[in-house]
Amino acid sequence: MKLIVPIKQVPETSNVKMDPETGTMVRSGVEQIINPLDLYAIEAAIRLKEKFGGEIITLTMGPPSADKALREAIAMGCDRGILLSHKDFAGADTWSTSYVLAKAIEKIGDYDVIFCGERATDGDTGQVGPGIASWLKIPFLTYVSGIDQTNQETMTVERNVEAGYQILKIQKPCLFTVVKEINFPRLPTLKGKKKARDIEIPTWTPQNIDVDPENLGLNGSPTRVVKISKPKVSREGEKLMPESDQEIEDSVGKLIEYFEKLEII
Amino acid sequence: MEYENVWILGEQNNDEIDVVSFELLKRGRELADKLNVDLIALMPGYGLESEQLEELIHYGADKVISVDHKMLSDFLVDPHINVVTSLVNKYKPEIVIASATTTGRSVAPAVAINCHAGLTADCTGLDIDDETGNLIQTRPAIGGNILATIKTPNHRPQMATVRPHSNQPLTPDNNRTGEIIREKVEGELLKTRIKQVDFKPIDEEGGNIQDAEIVVAGGKGCSKEENFEMIEKLAELLDGAVGASREAVDLGWISYPHQVGLSGKTVSPKLYVAAGISGAVQHLAGIKTAENIVTINNDPEAQIFSVADFSIQADMFQILPLLIEKLEKRKQSKAQN
Ligand SMILES: Cc1cc2nc3c(=O)[nH]c(=O)nc-3n(C[C@H](O)[C@H](O)[C@H](O)COP(=O)(O)OP(=O)(O)OC[C@H]3O[C@@H](n4cnc5c(N)ncnc54)[C@H](O)[C@@H]3O)c2cc1C
Ligand SMILES: Nc1ncnc2c1ncn2[C@@H]1O[C@H](COP(=O)(O)O)[C@@H](O)[C@H]1O
Repeated sequence: MKLIVPIKQVPETSNVKMDPETGTMVRSGVEQIINPLDLYAIEAAIRLKEKFGGEIITLTMGPPSADKALREAIAMGCDRGILLSHKDFAGADTWSTSYVLAKAIEKIGDYDVIFCGERATDGDTGQVGPGIASWLKIPFLTYVSGIDQTNQETMTVERNVEAGYQILKIQKPCLFTVVKEINFPRLPTLKGKKKARDIEIPTWTPQNIDVDPENLGLNGSPTRVVKISKPKVSREGEKLMPESDQEIEDSVGKLIEYFEKLEII
Repeated sequence: MEYENVWILGEQNNDEIDVVSFELLKRGRELADKLNVDLIALMPGYGLESEQLEELIHYGADKVISVDHKMLSDFLVDPHINVVTSLVNKYKPEIVIASATTTGRSVAPAVAINCHAGLTADCTGLDIDDETGNLIQTRPAIGGNILATIKTPNHRPQMATVRPHSNQPLTPDNNRTGEIIREKVEGELLKTRIKQVDFKPIDEEGGNIQDAEIVVAGGKGCSKEENFEMIEKLAELLDGAVGASREAVDLGWISYPHQVGLSGKTVSPKLYVAAGISGAVQHLAGIKTAENIVTINNDPEAQIFSVADFSIQADMFQILPLLIEKLEKRKQSKAQN
């Protein structure tokens, strides 16, 4: 089976520092990592390969340094990586990103399954996966939480929706965006790390893939970010600091009054 | 033809119109009034009665476009996308808003590609630019650390998804009248490459946190699994669902579908109660649109205080048992009266 995993490199956001003046992220000194939710997509592909054999190709569109993310994915068990990097790709929104990724996947050709993360933790849209599938005109499912069966032509998977789990049978080739529930991603192996260090990662530019220059980068993107601001986090709510037993008792009483005011009890 | 009017994408849930459709109508009504155009509810589904479709008008729509077909009864992705794409191409709406549900988040991105439209995910604010008439979309990004304002200046329709339950519907006006257009669909549009084989509803208690009006969540501060039962008990007394921080999920106290936050679910309940949760930015990303936040935490420095409307800085093991006891007593005396 030929499996494809598009991954995104994102800033490590567990303790993001924001510039209070500009409202933008302080990027210097921030580590770049694989989008944490993409690790589940990589793991899903590795498990499928372990069962059915084949090849896993991971790709990313990003700056030249995003090559590090591809090497990490290879260390986990992907076979090879492709970096899509060129100034004309820069500033792409989800429409243009999914266009370029779809064109690259078309060039790779002959794929069976594409695994994406549910969403990237920076842009946080979850639109690129369905977008890629729409460009490729292949069926897709979002929020896939389990893979039950894989045949020559179809796959049966579980999809986590608000009210429960849909069990769905889908024709291959197809694309999935996967949620955390699907598996537990493995750590890179020593052998994998060595392979990742030595492997050559080709860089594809618009010349390598059959793209319409009109659809690339900021110019090819329908949406425009026109302003970035700091969300107002503070709600300035009431805060009680009870210490004595009596104060504890009173604070619980006040909380009950608060519930009453909201008309929930 | 010019692009005109505001559309909302309705959703059906079993035999009912899902409440997210009515929530969207409120957002759509504001935009349509500013632009002085019609608000139209596109309602793909199966077996909805005329009275049900009229509810969409009572909740603010000027017109309803109903597409009724058996293939649209379960959400099978392909037929929904094809039907919405073809009607957007036919009617050319200027704005299309969908709910950021698992359905909306699947249909909208595909329609945006098919129609060469810009799409902004998970908006918390929508408005119209007075000068240009463009849609102004605001959404949190980078784990809720920033708010981005986004426009789609040169492409139509302008598309956005909106967090479910981030606003209440309008009060329905049963005297409002409007047109119901019935669109026939057939053939290619209804083809699907995906089939539903089964459906397993979540039936465990304190299940669906995304639809809940009240969510009571616990974190690492519960310190062990047995104590998490306090959270469950409080949720039960308040008729709410049970949420959790990632720490609580990772420690195995509760299953992943209950996780709230960046890598869990986004909730927008009327009341969110957080006990023993520090309020890491990834957790806060999931509760930004909650209407009211109550927190109980014993660390004066805890981040969660900065977003709470009502806080008690104290030991949760002193507060919760007392709270549970009082609520139980209240319930009993209410039942007796
Ligand atoms: C990429 C990424 C994604 C993430 N996604 C999520 C996510 O989706 N959801 C999520 O929740 N986290 C997420 N996290 C983890 C997040 O950073 C925090 O680690 C997590 O939210 C902390 O959980 P907590 O508040 O339960 O635990 P802690 O941070 O350990 O906080 C426990 C709190 O309980 C209080 N406490 C302790 N004892 C008591 C007591 N007796 N009475 C009252 N209070 C008490 C403490 O003062 C403390 O504030 C993510 C992290 C990363 C890097
Ligand atoms: N620049 C990119 N390169 C490769 N894959 C991407 C890129 N952006 C997004 N993806 C994939 O699409 C998923 C959803 O991203 P997003 O729509 O940005 O939230 C990610 O988890 C990745 O699998």
